[in-house]
Amino acid sequence: MAAEQLKIVKNGLWGNNVALVQLLGLCPLLAVSGTFINGLGLGLATMLTLVASNASVSIIRHWVRPEVRIPIFVLIIASIVTTIELAMNAWFHELFLILGIFIPLIVTNCSIIARAESFASKNTVFDSALDGFMMGMGFLLVLVTLGTLREVIGAGTLFANAHLMFGEGARSMLLTLSDDYPGFLLAVLPPGAFIGLGLLIAIKNHIDKRSVSSQAVIAETPAETPAG
Amino acid sequence: MNIHKQVLTTASLLMIFAIIGSGIVGLTYESTYEKIKRNEQLVLLRKLNTILSPSEYDNDLLADQIELDEDSLLGTHGPSKAYLAYRNNRPVAIVLSPVAPNGYSGPINMLVGIYHDGTIAGVRVVKHRETPGLGDAVESQRSDWILGFDNKSLENPTPKKWKVKRDGGEFDQFTGATITPRAVVKAVHSALLYFQEHRKELFKETQDGSGTVKNS
Repeated sequence: MAAEQLKIVKNGLWGNNVALVQLLGLCPLLAVSGTFINGLGLGLATMLTLVASNASVSIIRHWVRPEVRIPIFVLIIASIVTTIELAMNAWFHELFLILGIFIPLIVTNCSIIARAESFASKNTVFDSALDGFMMGMGFLLVLVTLGTLREVIGAGTLFANAHLMFGEGARSMLLTLSDDYPGFLLAVLPPGAFIGLGLLIAIKNHIDKRSVSSQAVIAETPAETPAG
Repeated sequence: MNIHKQVLTTASLLMIFAIIGSGIVGLTYESTYEKIKRNEQLVLLRKLNTILSPSEYDNDLLADQIELDEDSLLGTHGPSKAYLAYRNNRPVAIVLSPVAPNGYSGPINMLVGIYHDGTIAGVRVVKHRETPGLGDAVESQRSDWILGFDNKSLENPTPKKWKVKRDGGEFDQFTGATITPRAVVKAVHSALLYFQEHRKELFKETQDGSGTVKNS
């Protein structure tokens, strides 16, 4: 039992990471990872959606007929995302203004329907929620790492706009690395996102390769194939 | 017969989920509607207050807003909003929302506050798609450039100098970005012209007893 869940955790964070291995949800990932806070905001919203959609899909998995399961999953996910969008608009209004279109677009993040279809519809509610949480966490970590990289390299700051999320007190969190940093435009613009993500994937593959060869080639379980 | 039953159950299943889904969304919408509306007004008011400090007026800017018809001087293709500021029932200033149509990548939406005597209270860029790191220096968070308009008017600088330096005017351009500041300078100047032409009617609409808006 515990081993099963450990596998879910590992899969979500590393082995089958949404962004680095499945390469799903790249559109919001690349567009919103300009700063740490933007990445964190979208990451949390996506994670919440994954947990809620996985749990609900798992709850109803015995009643849903296979031929209409996809429309029902889409219905559930759309309702959840809309609810989260409205809630963010109400309670994190300024962050919502920055993330803008990418909150409703969570609904098109393939990883969500992929997890609903390939995991939640076959597993218990607890496991599904855990899987959603860990997949979301894996996505969030990549978003945040990429956001940190791009913010530091592109603008020379870290935690800019933190007050949008944590209230006015968090303004002091802003770290300016150098007072007259000229900025590096490439990192701020879309190409910076592609290059950054490419580097992260390369680093991950490199680490995986090293650990495989050091373990004297014990056959690693191959990652699940992406669903869509 | 059996097939009919199967189709029916499937369809009703789908319907039930549709009802539950829209129910949840509807409920959330209902319960967040007020808060979202208040948020939007707060954001707008905060923006207006960076142009006109709250100590300069004593009315409710959001209540005393009027709608202006489209006008080429405002760069608008439809009605646009204007907010009137009063103090002791005397007109103090108006905040127009003109558009600079010729930004580097599309229109730039702005707020331009103009005092009753025709000097500028402040200019802010509300929405734009200019290049990050270059043209986006028109944002007040990124540079002080936009504050350079404060206290300017149609006579100061002279009409010939209402341009960026590169065109022989008085306003700075940015390194690597001339088009954005040029567009903004031109739009601010046009907004001043619009104000000059319409000053009387703009303030009349809520001031003199036409009874349209409050007179408190």
